[in-house]
Amino acid sequence: MAEELTIGFLPLVDGCLPILAREHGFAEDEGVSLNLVKDVSWATVLDRLLYGHSDAAHMVAPLAIATTLGRGRPAQPLSVPFVLGLNGNAITLRSDIARLVGAEGKLGDPAKVGAALAEVVRERAAAGSPLRFGVVHRYSSHNYMLRYWLAACGIMPDRDVEITTVPPPFCADALEAGEVDGICVGEPWNSVAVERGVGQIVLATAQVWRRGVEKVLALREPVLAEKRGTVERLIRAMCRAGKHFVDPANWEANAAILARAEYLDGDPVLIRRAISDQLLLARGGEIVEYPDFMFQYREAANFPWVSQAEWLYTQMVRWDGLTFDSANAEKAARVFRPDVYRSALIGTGEPLPGASSKVEGSLRQKTSVSTQQGTMTLESNAFFDGRVFDPSHLAEYIAQLG
Amino acid sequence: MRIAIVDESAARASVIQEGLASLDDCEIFVVTERRGLVARIGEIAPDIVLMDLGNPSRDVLEEYFAVSRALARPIAMFVDESDDETIAASIDAGVSAYVVDGLAANRIKSLMDVAVRRFNAFARLQSDLDEARGRLADREAIDKAKRILMDSRGLPEPKAYAEMRKAAMDQGKKIAEIADAIITAHKLMGGK
Repeated sequence: MAEELTIGFLPLVDGCLPILAREHGFAEDEGVSLNLVKDVSWATVLDRLLYGHSDAAHMVAPLAIATTLGRGRPAQPLSVPFVLGLNGNAITLRSDIARLVGAEGKLGDPAKVGAALAEVVRERAAAGSPLRFGVVHRYSSHNYMLRYWLAACGIMPDRDVEITTVPPPFCADALEAGEVDGICVGEPWNSVAVERGVGQIVLATAQVWRRGVEKVLALREPVLAEKRGTVERLIRAMCRAGKHFVDPANWEANAAILARAEYLDGDPVLIRRAISDQLLLARGGEIVEYPDFMFQYREAANFPWVSQAEWLYTQMVRWDGLTFDSANAEKAARVFRPDVYRSALIGTGEPLPGASSKVEGSLRQKTSVSTQQGTMTLESNAFFDGRVFDPSHLAEYIAQLG
Repeated sequence: MRIAIVDESAARASVIQEGLASLDDCEIFVVTERRGLVARIGEIAPDIVLMDLGNPSRDVLEEYFAVSRALARPIAMFVDESDDETIAASIDAGVSAYVVDGLAANRIKSLMDVAVRRFNAFARLQSDLDEARGRLADREAIDKAKRILMDSRGLPEPKAYAEMRKAAMDQGKKIAEIADAIITAHKLMGGK
């Protein structure tokens, strides 16, 4: 008798692993029957998780931390035993502004695009109509990546530019209507804006932080304890799904599955582009290949590094105007559960890193790292400004960021 | 008490509104437009906002509640942690509620009870309606298939119907499915 798990998700390309684990029978092979529930807002995905409509959820990583710390709702501890992927988002500007920042036909250099954008920001602020950006959620990696990039380029969010919430399906509309000048969103929504000729992709978030944590699989802490065995089987099934997802031989078929009405209800051509690191930056232009635009499998991409949870906490302190609190930092760190990931995959062919935390942004080149199992080589994980995040000095890092 | 009902379904919003109208001392505002939602909520300055769970603007509204200083009093998701049962019932019914801080808990509870009942009633209405629509479509298909059999095989009406019923029983299908198959086959054979 298969054990059932209900997983909530939003129709985005990076909801792929649970969907493919079900569609290819990987979950079934592990004795898990997956029931997937689609919603249209993160608030509803979260409510279903908190009130037991779902056992687990596809979730923007910062929201799992925010929920644990009681930001916006009464605190409820969530656990993340598996990262659904790294990066996969892009920054799309209205075409007239994209031209001004000189990012046409190629992905720009983040520092140069930022410097050019700072000029536009100053002009618009002086004219009394500051630039506005849309992000998918206050507690999203999109918001934190966009803010990190802007701030490092001397553009202060909330002072020099406005950042507001726009649901992904309405991003292209908002650009077209002039409600926002730029968006930071996942696929296929940048490509939808490009196809409609209302914006141009100028940066991938992978250029801001080469290995930035994106969506996670989140559960309520007591649910994880109660269903631990089933969740571990799900983790094995999703690892298999990740391996399948990144194999070029499967791109076409997987894009077709994800495009179906019950999942993304979208265009398989656009979905296939995102899966295969191919981006059309501007309508009528050439397709540009940007390696590791999405990152779902290699280098134990799904491993919940405690340092990534801690980085998210530092950004929450920074942008919510909180005071650093070491007890909260510990609570945030405990949300990510490498112990569960390890026990799910021990004895399989998947590599397991030796450490559970790392200095983020410290690698500039391929580096072999010690492992608990298998071999692992990590490639560059740099932040575009060269800054390094050492999780043993959280307060200092926040202070340095200013 | 000022209540804003935010729902892209005008039909459901009016069902909720009707239910809440029975409560004393309530002023009700219905917002069905997605555009300008946040500005509209600012104007209404509600004590309570009810919004269906399937509304894509929930994240937008929550962001507004979190950062806006336009509202005199902070609005939070639901009341407090003590009233978990009411919240669970509302989530089950498919409605979320945002409540101004400091509103009396018993008033909110009675209001939420009404809202939940109306949401559930609307869901029932909807499924009854879907079922009725389905039945109507079935009957139309059966009539059409019957006419095809009568015309093409010169059968009298009761006989045509009996043949379809027999086929349905033999194949373990619904008579409407057999009717659909006849209509499809007829179209493929060049019929109208």
